Amino acid sequence: MNRYNRHIILSEIGQKGQDKLSKAKVLVVGAGGLGCPVLQYLAAAGIGTLGIIDFDIVEESNLQRQILFGSSSIGKNKAILAKQRLTDLNNTITINAYPKKLTHKNALGLFKNYDIIIDGTDNFATRYLINDASIITNKPLVYGAIYKFEGQVSVFNYQNSASYRCLFPTPPKEGTIPNCSETGVLGVLPGIIGSMQANEVLKIILGLGNVLSGKLLCYNALNNQTTTLIINKSEAEINKVLLKKESFYKTIEELNCDFYIPEISIEEAFKKKNIQFIDVREHDELPKVEALNPIYIPLSELENSLDKIDSKKEKVIFCQVGIRSKTAVSILHKHNINKSYSLKEGAFEILEYLLKQEKLYNPENA
Amino acid sequence: MKLTVKYFGLLAEVTQCSEEQFKFSGTLISEFLEAIYLKHPKLKEKDFQAAQSNEIVSKNTKITQAEIVLLPPFAGG
Repeated sequence: MNRYNRHIILSEIGQKGQDKLSKAKVLVVGAGGLGCPVLQYLAAAGIGTLGIIDFDIVEESNLQRQILFGSSSIGKNKAILAKQRLTDLNNTITINAYPKKLTHKNALGLFKNYDIIIDGTDNFATRYLINDASIITNKPLVYGAIYKFEGQVSVFNYQNSASYRCLFPTPPKEGTIPNCSETGVLGVLPGIIGSMQANEVLKIILGLGNVLSGKLLCYNALNNQTTTLIINKSEAEINKVLLKKESFYKTIEELNCDFYIPEISIEEAFKKKNIQFIDVREHDELPKVEALNPIYIPLSELENSLDKIDSKKEKVIFCQVGIRSKTAVSILHKHNINKSYSLKEGAFEILEYLLKQEKLYNPENA
Repeated sequence: MKLTVKYFGLLAEVTQCSEEQFKFSGTLISEFLEAIYLKHPKLKEKDFQAAQSNEIVSKNTKITQAEIVLLPPFAGG
């Protein structure tokens, strides 16, 4: 086949190697900054079956680095668009697009149909889900992650090697590590890291060179430094995951795993000017916090009441304990209403705080 | 002992340097961390791992090398 001639004439690959590629099945989770270059090279290389799972749609701000998409892609699903583009690139391979979220419920079934899993996600909830599902289904996981000008690459769970949990046993505290949409990223960086991931995939399938398993490669685009660190396997961490095998599909998804939810304390909220407080509890929930002069939109009505929200103001959303308010922020985010914060405190704590402040300023009431 | 400490990712923003010299008299990674937290209190709020001799090590590992790398998890993709 002329298409793969430059592979086939490599003595290290040959027709035999190319046949291995055409029999391979690779699933890419996330068709974003990392997923795009990975998919492009794997499709071009003639990987026989490529799966793409991504629920997200293309936004204009993605085009700076997500090279499978163009201006006409905006507003359309990434998995479906990627399939269209890649079919044009190579119509001799099978491409499966899954325009949905990866969840605990669907992960194991999906992973079982593939030989290798690729992590191209932008959040920790999905990253740990992918890691755990790879351990349970015993699939090698080609990991990549980026931060501004730096990237990490590794191959987990390959021939009994370490997993992501052997490196970082538990997800970081919520909101402590920003992703690309919050902090920015050099456009070419995911191109470099994604290409390294694609390279590891080809090496695994072809049995070439040394696979980056049990090691973490750290790359810095600003000074071109690469540091490769050994990751020791932790049987305890892997066993913890295996113990969850039976109940895995029943695990409830963490809320809003595609975006970090900005939180604010009542004290910080009062320092801001021009804010709109939104109470997202049901109408009959007490105590009311009238002193904040909030608008009342129960969470269940939020999506149909977006017109009540003042786009010019910063929004501070509260509820009874601070959980529904997070969901509310993610709903607003989904509708591109930004500058919204979830208040850390619930209604009782807000009242307590207000009372304390009142005493502070009016000592005679104390 | 004089250590060279390297900070990856957002740790470099927290400490405002990607690399620094640090004088240290203890023996374990955990003791080193306590000492570096005194210099950079905000590091304590961050999740990260420590590595020496190009190997990620646990907190009760003895420090044998003059270079320590601190690396956080990355979210982006």
